[in-house]
This record gives sequence, C-alpha cells and structure tokens, in this order.
Amino acid sequence: MLEIKNLQASVEGAEILRGIDLTVNPGEIHAIMGPNGSGKSTLAQVLAGHEAYDVTGGTATFRGEDLLDMEAEARAHAGLFLAFQYPVEIAGVANSYFLKAALNSTRKARGEKEIDAVEFLKLVKEKAKLVNIDEKMINRSVNAGFSGGEKKRNEIFQMAVLEPKLAILDETDSGLDIDALQVVANGVNKLKAEDPERSFIVVTHYQRLLNYIVPDYVHVLSGGRIVKSGGKELALELEDKGYSWIEETVGA
Amino acid sequence: MPTDTDTLHQLAKQEYKYGFVTDIEADNLPPGLNEDIVRAISAKKGEPEWLLEYRLKAYRHWRTMTEPEWAKVDYEKPKFDEIIYYSAPKEKPKLESLDEVDPELLETFNKLGISLDEQKRLTGVAVDAVFDSVSVATTFKDKLLELGVIFCSFSEAVKDHPELVKKWLGSVVPYTDNFYAALNSAVFSDGSFCYIPKGVRCPMELSTYFRINSAGTGQFERTLIVAEDGAYVSYLEGCTAPQRDENQLHAAVVEIVALDDAQVKYSTVQNWYPGDKDGKGGIYNFVTKRGACRGKNSKISWTQVETGSAITWKYPSVILQGDNSVGEFYSVAMTNNRQQADTGTKMIHIGKNTRSTIVSKGISAGFSDNSYRGLVKIMPGAENARNFSQCDSMLLGDKCGAHTFPYIEVKNPTAKMEHEATTSKIGEDQIFYLRQRGLEMEDAVSMIVNGFCKEVFRELPMEFAVEAQKLLSISLEGSVG
Ligand SMILES: Nc1ncnc2c1ncn2[C@@H]1O[C@H](COP(=O)(O)OP(=O)(O)OP(=O)(O)O)[C@@H](O)[C@H]1O
Ligand SMILES: [Mg+2]
Repeated sequence: MLEIKNLQASVEGAEILRGIDLTVNPGEIHAIMGPNGSGKSTLAQVLAGHEAYDVTGGTATFRGEDLLDMEAEARAHAGLFLAFQYPVEIAGVANSYFLKAALNSTRKARGEKEIDAVEFLKLVKEKAKLVNIDEKMINRSVNAGFSGGEKKRNEIFQMAVLEPKLAILDETDSGLDIDALQVVANGVNKLKAEDPERSFIVVTHYQRLLNYIVPDYVHVLSGGRIVKSGGKELALELEDKGYSWIEETVGA
Repeated sequence: MPTDTDTLHQLAKQEYKYGFVTDIEADNLPPGLNEDIVRAISAKKGEPEWLLEYRLKAYRHWRTMTEPEWAKVDYEKPKFDEIIYYSAPKEKPKLESLDEVDPELLETFNKLGISLDEQKRLTGVAVDAVFDSVSVATTFKDKLLELGVIFCSFSEAVKDHPELVKKWLGSVVPYTDNFYAALNSAVFSDGSFCYIPKGVRCPMELSTYFRINSAGTGQFERTLIVAEDGAYVSYLEGCTAPQRDENQLHAAVVEIVALDDAQVKYSTVQNWYPGDKDGKGGIYNFVTKRGACRGKNSKISWTQVETGSAITWKYPSVILQGDNSVGEFYSVAMTNNRQQADTGTKMIHIGKNTRSTIVSKGISAGFSDNSYRGLVKIMPGAENARNFSQCDSMLLGDKCGAHTFPYIEVKNPTAKMEHEATTSKIGEDQIFYLRQRGLEMEDAVSMIVNGFCKEVFRELPMEFAVEAQKLLSISLEGSVG
C-alpha cells in the first residue's frame, strides 16, 4: 500500500523529517505517537502533498506509484485521504456542494461515471448513518462555525463518502467527548469492515483511542525519526511511562 | 450553489470566450463631437424638438466640464475627437418573431449562449436585445402590455410614450451631474425604457443584453425605469463584448424611480472585454447608475457582478427620499491582469427611518487594482436612519491591490451606522484542503472565491447566479498555479 524510505522534509529551511521508514500493507492499521513538535503532522502533510513542505530526500511509493511526484489532487484520486488536525473553514461553500464536486472530480480522474444529485443524496444519507453523523451538517458551509468536535466528525464523514484506500487521521481524537470519540472509532472500524484491504495511519496522543481502533503497529516519532516501533502494547507502555525513556534509550 | 465544477474548470481554461466580431455593416457618423453631430444623432432617430434641446443643453454643459481625476484608476484618456458617436446596423427591422431576425445576429447570440429562443422557452424572461445601440428584437411585449407594463427600447419610448420620457428623463441623474453623464445626455444612442404602472407586479424578469460591436464606437446607453405606486419589477442587465485592439469607451446612464411602496431590483453581470494580459484593448466603463426612492416604503436594490472592462468607474447609488425607504447594494468586483476597478455606492438618507445595506466583495488577482469607494450620507431630516456596510477584499497573489474608501457623513444624531471591513489573502491551506479531497487547483480557487461572494450571488436571480459563477471562473484564468 505505502512504502516510505528514508523520507526527509523541511519547511522554510528547517529540517523536520530526518529519515522516516515506514511500510503499511493493505488492511493494516498503524498508530503514530510522539511528543508535540516531533513531526507527525508534517509527515501527514508531506504524504498528502502540501506544497509548503520541501521533500529533501527519500522516497514514498503509494500503490505502486511514486507518491512524491504526484499533485495533491492526484494523490487523493489515487485513494489517499488526510483527516486534518486543524480542518480549515471555507465560508459560503456548502459541505454537500464541495463534497459532491470532490467525489466527482475523483471519479472522473478514475474514469468512472460522475454521480448525479439524487445518487449523491442517497450516498450521503447512507454514509451519514454509517458514521453516525447528523446529515444536516452537510448543508452548512464547510467547517464554518463548527465546533472542534464537529469539524473532526466532518472529516470522518468526508472520509466515509470518499472511500479512500489509505486514510491518515491526524489527531482526529483530540478535543472529542466520549461520544464523538466513539463516532470516530466506529467510522474507522466500519470503513475497515466495508473494505478489509483499507489501511489507516492514526496519529494520536492517547492510548484511549487505540482501545477502540486496535492498531497492528504502534510507532513513536521523535525528532523527525521513528525511534521505536512495536505492537499495540507499546501504546500502553507509553501511556504509563511517557516518551522520555525511549528518547533516552535511543539517545535522540 | 448548483454549478458543475467541470464546467467551471473548462471555462477557466478558455481564452476570453466572447471575443469575436460580428460582420454586420454599421451605419456610422463621422468621428468627433460637435453640435452638428448631436443634431444628426437626434435627426437620425427622428426625435422631437424637446429632446434635441435636452441633448444640446447637455452637450454645451459637457463642453464646460473636465474629466474627473479622483478615482484610483490610471489610463490614457479617451480621445473624444476620435470616437464615433453613433452607429446602427444597416438593417433595422421591426420584428415580432425570431424568424425575422438577421441570422448572423442570432448566431452572435448563440455564441454567447443566450439565444433568444432558449431564453423565451426556458426562462420566461422577456429580452430586449440591444445590438450596437439599436434594438432589433423584443419579446414578450404583448404579454407585458396587457398589464400596462412598458418595456421597450429607449427610442421606441420616445416615439410611443413621449410624455413619460419627458417627465422622468434626467430626473434622477441630471445632465449636469458629472462629465460622463453629461456626455451621455448629449449623445445617448439607445437603451431601455421600463414603466410599471400603479399596483402592478411585473410577472417576469426583464432582461437586456448589451453588446458593443462596432470598431471605435462609443456606447452610450440610456436606461430609465419607473415604478409607480406599489409596483414591482426585477430587471437584469448583462453584457459581453468582442475582443479588439483599441480602447472602447462606454458611458451609460441608468435612472430608476420608485414611488410609494414600489420596489425595483436591478441586477447586472458585466463581462466586457478586459483587455489582454498587458491590459491592451479593454473597455472603459464609466457608468452613472442612480435610483431615487421618491415614495414612502419604496425600495431599490442594486446587485452587480463586475468581471470585465479594463477600467471600471461605477457607483450605483440610491437617494432615500421617502420615509421608510430602503436602499441596497450588493457587489462583486473581480479584477485580474491589468484591470482597474473603482466601484462602490452612495446611499443618501433624506427621509425618516430610511435604511441601507451595502455588501461589497472585491477580488483582485494578477497586477490588478480594485477599490471600493462608498459614501453614506445621513441628512439632518433623516431621523433614525440605519446603515450596514460590509466591505470584504480578497487577494490572489501579491502583485495586486485592494483598497477601501468608505466615506461617512452623519448630520442627524439618531443615525445608526455599522461598518465591517476585511481583507484576506486566499489561503494556501484552504486550497490544499480542497485539493486533498480531489479538486483540481483551479476548481479549488473558484470554489473559495465563489464562496466568498455567496452573500452577493444569492441576491441574483437563479440563472444569473450561475452565469456569474462562470464569469468569475473565466476571469480567474491564469491567476493561480
Ligand atoms: N509551516 C511551518 N513553518 C515553520 N515551522 C513549522 C511549520 N510546520 C511545522 N513546523 C515545525 O515543525 C515541527 C514539527 O511540527 P508538526 O506539526 O509536524 O508536529 P506534530 O508532531 O504534529 O506536533 P503536535 O503533536 O503538537 O501536533 C515543529 O517544530 C513545528 O514548529
Ligand atoms: Mg500535529
């Protein structure tokens, strides 16, 4: 699905990612944890193709294609989805309008038939139910005036509609109440059930989320490198001991 | 807003789409302006003596005036001696049906995507097509006449309803008003006349498509709309122009009168040739548009979407004379490349409890300059006047400019004024967000810009709103990436 080798990236001249290696196979769930400022969001943004970041070295292959060579929209068309840590507001653009345009742009790029308004509405209702989200949300402007939790739910909803092959969730659980956390976790699990080949990279600070979304692997990112990888029990250990013991052992 | 992004995308990639010139022979007067030319225009149109007198007075006054310099626009002044002040298609038929229309003209409309046929069938909009200053096709006239609504070319109105024209012409914009209004009053070629009698609600949107076509021809349209007590009308004006290589002056005058309880909604989509990437060859658009809420509880709304012209100088205004009258101005002005726009509004509060709303959205891209200039004036007798103004600017790139000049004069202490202004750069993160979801770059920008203009677009009639979105996308061409 995704193979990252020695990925290095900088922003405004500052080196942030210092050689990331990560392989995600179809159907796997990877959790990425790590202290603030360690580069988790940077990794997500670089993979999604944000132009503010310069890739200074390494490779990333996504479903057989050179990911780093693709425009942001082409990555989306290929099946990469990023649930943003801070989803932006876009005034005056209805969620439904935006999402339909996005979906059709993707379908068109894949040589599929565009979806009409009636079919789209059906899809939206179905997906809203799947991820347990109030469908009224889709008539509002994109994230405008949404609460922090609503924004995160909206990301999950968009993910459900766009049906990606690989979804990167950047702290989608932060700032959520218990119910919303369930919504996010259920969303991921149902999408996983829908297509067992679907893969996820879940960036989080809290082991709590990993009780609901059970990861196959847990990685610790620190100082722009993956300094430790393990199974789901690593998250528990981190919850217990914090990050310092790893940083000490690695000497980062 | 229901627009297909794919269409937007296609449109965004086109060269100026409406750049073509129709080959209809024009019947021109020699270039330059003097009293003889004014007389000749009047004679060609078979006008009554009083109208010739009006033109001559305007001409003599214009001679005493100089071009205004205060606007934030920079251009080579038109050479008034080289302008041809009158041209008309040689064929000047009186037509009842489209079958009789010159096929080449129909072709022109087809290229513009506004075939009268389709207009008639699909939208129920009566179209008075002004083609190079002379009306050649008018539809739905009979139906309107049944209600007593008069909707015809200005010249027809002069012939058929001289008393109405005489009564209202110049009553809102006197020929002394400004340089361009004086010029227009002297040489106006044609335009539209619209009269809604007492208590009549005009059942369809009245629409005029203007088109500048003859090389080197100044276009001096004159529009007069009168809504009697309790009348209502929604009026649409839209225009495109063919591509050409020399600057063309356009100085129109639009006057609106609303009597007691009357409402007039005037919507414009302006898409004249803006010039090429270096600003060469575009239209100069110097327009005087003003409405007078003469009666109590009357209302006049201006909604404009300005994407075209090399230079735009335009301030649709409302004089709020009647008690409880309402004035509104909703504007989107988009400039790209070397375009310059200085546009805004004036709201003059005279009556008691008068209210005005101003929503202005300026979008600048390329090397363009976009200024909002607005005046809100509360006169001493305007008890409890209210104004709300919101002026938002969006910048695409860092070579363009956005400026806001809000002037406020309050002479009555009971006035309540609210003013909001924002300037934002189109956000890299917003564009990235949309692209991450699969939208192409240009569609993403279009979507953000259209969203920014939403409050104005929703004031437009449906089909106009769609047209407006397309125009914005065309105008955004080359501004990103
Ligand atoms: N656009 C930018 N300009 C300058 N510095 C940046 C930019 N983006 C990220 N950085 C820096 O890169 C480092 C990594 O940031 P990043 O957002 O990837 O961290 P993170 O691991 O996601 O942290 P958090 O857990 O707080 O979300 C930080 O030091 C941050 O300040
Ligand atoms: Mg982060």
